[in-house]
Amino acid sequence: MQVKLIRRKIGLIVRLNGELDHHTATVFREVVDKELAKDIVQNLVLNFDNLTFMDSSGIGAILGRYRQVKAKGGKMVFCGVSKHIKKILQMGGLLTIIPILSDETKALASLH
Amino acid sequence: MNYMKMEIPARSENESFVRVVVAAFVARIDPTLEELNEVKTAVSEAVTNCILHGYDNSEEGIIWITASLEGNKFSLEIEDRGKGIADIERAREPLYTEKPELERAGMGFSIMENFMDELYVESALGMGTRIRMLRSFGKKSWDNH
Ligand SMILES: Nc1ncnc2c1ncn2[C@@H]1O[C@H](COP(=O)(O)OP(=O)(O)OP(=O)(O)O)[C@@H](O)[C@H]1O
Ligand SMILES: [Mg+2]
Repeated sequence: MQVKLIRRKIGLIVRLNGELDHHTATVFREVVDKELAKDIVQNLVLNFDNLTFMDSSGIGAILGRYRQVKAKGGKMVFCGVSKHIKKILQMGGLLTIIPILSDETKALASLH
Repeated sequence: MNYMKMEIPARSENESFVRVVVAAFVARIDPTLEELNEVKTAVSEAVTNCILHGYDNSEEGIIWITASLEGNKFSLEIEDRGKGIADIERAREPLYTEKPELERAGMGFSIMENFMDELYVESALGMGTRIRMLRSFGKKSWDNH
């Protein structure tokens, strides 16, 4: 899996490319946590456009980042969510706390 | 009946490999993309549990996978000879996890139950765990004629 970061003033965009499972969740955690530790951005946009698979390991990893963002007073939003990924996020209870926007532009706008 | 068996070392890099192999086995009965994704996710949950819990993330131990198809009926068994589960009922409860410090959600069994028709768990402490899952796909082939 590849994790691409795009730094914007309003927040950090994280583009996930590939499959998010127990094996690859480590990469996701490390890359995002390193950036959050810099304390420059508060808000996080997770873009799932190119995410082809996710299981419960993804739920745990996303929740972990959500808690950090929340503790710093920031917001987290999703975009590019496919039908299958949406089902997994829903089962994990994530959709009651994190909103889904259709694309990156709308996701960024929702942070204002 | 058609079947396939495989064994792999309990290493996390093998999770995606097993998903792909089982998906390819099921593909011959022409499941929808959605059905295929659901099977892949169930496989991933069971295999991850063997690695993470059965063998405590030691990356040692072996996982056995058996898949079979009888018409549109799919059966999948995933087994480890790891530490076993003390309380199966509690383990199957949504949100229960023994490893919250590793950011586990406790959703693996719930996802397997959701995506498959039936889920059976056999386990003995110090002996290992075997998960058996059943699922029927779409319509029976003769329904289409
Ligand atoms: N193969 C196994 N060997 C030993 N214990 C297991 C095994 N599979 C599951 N368990 C036990 O059952 C519990 C629940 O499993 P489940 O997959 O639902 O959640 P999890 O693995 O803890 O979290 P998640 O799957 O959301 O990452 C585990 O925390 C573990 O205690
Ligand atoms: Mg699990």
